[in-house]
Amino acid sequence: MNTLFDKIWDSHVVQNVTDGPTQLYIDRLYCHEVTSPQAFEGLRKRGIKCFRPEKIFCMPDHNTPTHDQDKEIEDEVSRTQVETLRRNAEEFGLEHFGMLHPKNGIIHVVGPERGLSLPGMTIVCGDSHTSTHGAMGAVAFGIGTSEVEMVMASQCILQQKPKSMRINIEGKLKKGVTAKDMALYLMSKLTTSGATGYFVEYAGEAVRDLSMEGRLTLCNLSIEMGARGGFIAPDEKTFEYLKDREYSPKGEEWDKAVEYWKTLKSGDDAVFDKELTFHAEDIEPMVTYGTNPGMGMGITERIPEIDTIPEEGRESFVKSLDYMGFKPGQELLGTPVDYVFLGACTNGRIEDFYAFASIVNGRKKHPDVTAWLVPGSWLVYEQLEKEGLIKFFERAGFEIRQPGCSACLAMNDDKIPAGKLAVSTSNRNFEGRQGPGARTILASPLTAAAAAVTGKITDPRTL
Amino acid sequence: MKQKFDIIRSRCVPLPLENVDTDQIIPARFLKATTREEKFFGENLFRDWRYNPDGSLNEEFVLNDPTYGGEILVAGKNFGSGSSREHAAWAIAGYGFRVVISSFFADIHKNNELNNFVLPVVVSEEFLAELFKSIKENPQMEVEVNLPEQTVTNTATGRSEKFEINGYKKYCLMNALDDIDFLLENKEKTENFEKAGV
Repeated sequence: MNTLFDKIWDSHVVQNVTDGPTQLYIDRLYCHEVTSPQAFEGLRKRGIKCFRPEKIFCMPDHNTPTHDQDKEIEDEVSRTQVETLRRNAEEFGLEHFGMLHPKNGIIHVVGPERGLSLPGMTIVCGDSHTSTHGAMGAVAFGIGTSEVEMVMASQCILQQKPKSMRINIEGKLKKGVTAKDMALYLMSKLTTSGATGYFVEYAGEAVRDLSMEGRLTLCNLSIEMGARGGFIAPDEKTFEYLKDREYSPKGEEWDKAVEYWKTLKSGDDAVFDKELTFHAEDIEPMVTYGTNPGMGMGITERIPEIDTIPEEGRESFVKSLDYMGFKPGQELLGTPVDYVFLGACTNGRIEDFYAFASIVNGRKKHPDVTAWLVPGSWLVYEQLEKEGLIKFFERAGFEIRQPGCSACLAMNDDKIPAGKLAVSTSNRNFEGRQGPGARTILASPLTAAAAAVTGKITDPRTL
Repeated sequence: MKQKFDIIRSRCVPLPLENVDTDQIIPARFLKATTREEKFFGENLFRDWRYNPDGSLNEEFVLNDPTYGGEILVAGKNFGSGSSREHAAWAIAGYGFRVVISSFFADIHKNNELNNFVLPVVVSEEFLAELFKSIKENPQMEVEVNLPEQTVTNTATGRSEKFEINGYKKYCLMNALDDIDFLLENKEKTENFEKAGV
């Protein structure tokens, strides 16, 4: 009780349905092209409009190619999906940032950087990584398409109130350890279902010390522990980040908002259904070795031996290692890498490019590595351009592509070929996630950069 | 598909793997449809496990094994983790499953199944282990899922368990009503909430 989650949730309850879910009011609905068409189709079939169109923002990101965006999308089905979103937005009177629109990018990068996602809000999108927006101090979570239709039709959603969990990460992160490693570490401890049924508040010194970009990365990965969402109480860093952003409140409205946002924290007497504490000093740069994000380890460690795996999990463990072409007990350091991907809603922000650049610094891309560096939005792209980083990366043999979800999920041209090993800053290493047969190692931008310049799995702290 | 749910007695398809994620249930490249054709999604359920990379049938995969069949899918712990794609639920429904039994479901996917009139039934680890064994011993054995009574029964051993579902969702399933029907009826409450100011 008296948690920040309770405060935000309770202030959005329209009604509690008898022996059923809560009718929850939603402040912001984001739509992308993959999970929205059937929702619009549903509205049309029912003959209804969007109830509050001004609270809905649409942009394509999953299917957008990361090159030649000024040309027509080659893949017919992708083109249809992107075009369908544009037509639907027009028909239903919704804001739409199409391809090449200066505000286009990955929804979970664009929402926060434009000041569309604000503290205290309820935010949903037909995408599990909606938890990202929790970094702004919002209750944000992914939903299915029927639920997208629900919100379009009524600006409300029917949900069971999740349980609350607080994860404290105390102390200071060591050098070369990032928010991404923190998240991969939590997953390796909690497994991919360890937080199922919970909404997580991240707290503690190491979390407060993270930049807003780092917080976005941490919250982004909440779903990979099974959590409904994850968030961080807003503080001065949050306000500083949001001030003067395009859609942030202005003038008197801003002062009023900040005054309210300052009240958004869990009470000293707050009681959580579950509370866990970890120590930042225990975290190393992390890599995954299997086919779910919970199968992670410190980069200098070895893959677990089979007898350390609980019996009911062994069949999945073996299947997973077979797919990856790894053996129990194996070390990953030194393993040759074919592809490196920097980007996605997890690590496609400006700071992630700074991190990558800090390793490149004077080095060149390894000739055997294909590297895709994909900014999360045009705003990130413009900043890279302004700061001369595009040229910097080009000189080192890297190409900066145009914004989109890219190689995170193989829905556009950026697919990792079958059998190839990729070090990726994205969020999922599932079988086939980055392309049929593709093998994915999840890691931070630092570790990805270290692989890109050395051509193998390398501890970034040694460079 | 909106259809009334009451008692289902059926054979089962066993999938004794843990952490089956929605990328396996329906790979991302099949998410490009812009309409809700359950048949299309059903045909591509577990696509990359059902077919070899060269497009031929993977005869070892359980959906291709004529020994097993029925309207009930029985899966290992943490079924439906990962992406929120409702297409996974459409694929399950489109294939013809009306019930999924597991000892644990990922949140979003569980909701998606319910919203598509597929009933997720959570059973104990023991029940699940015994059920896998019963199916292996006799693929013809049936399971009975009784929604009004909220019970699931392994008819081979007679073992029965209660399962949880909230009263509202149960009512919806038994009467083929969906959440949007309910929310549209409650529009006035929403407007009053907005007037009161968030």
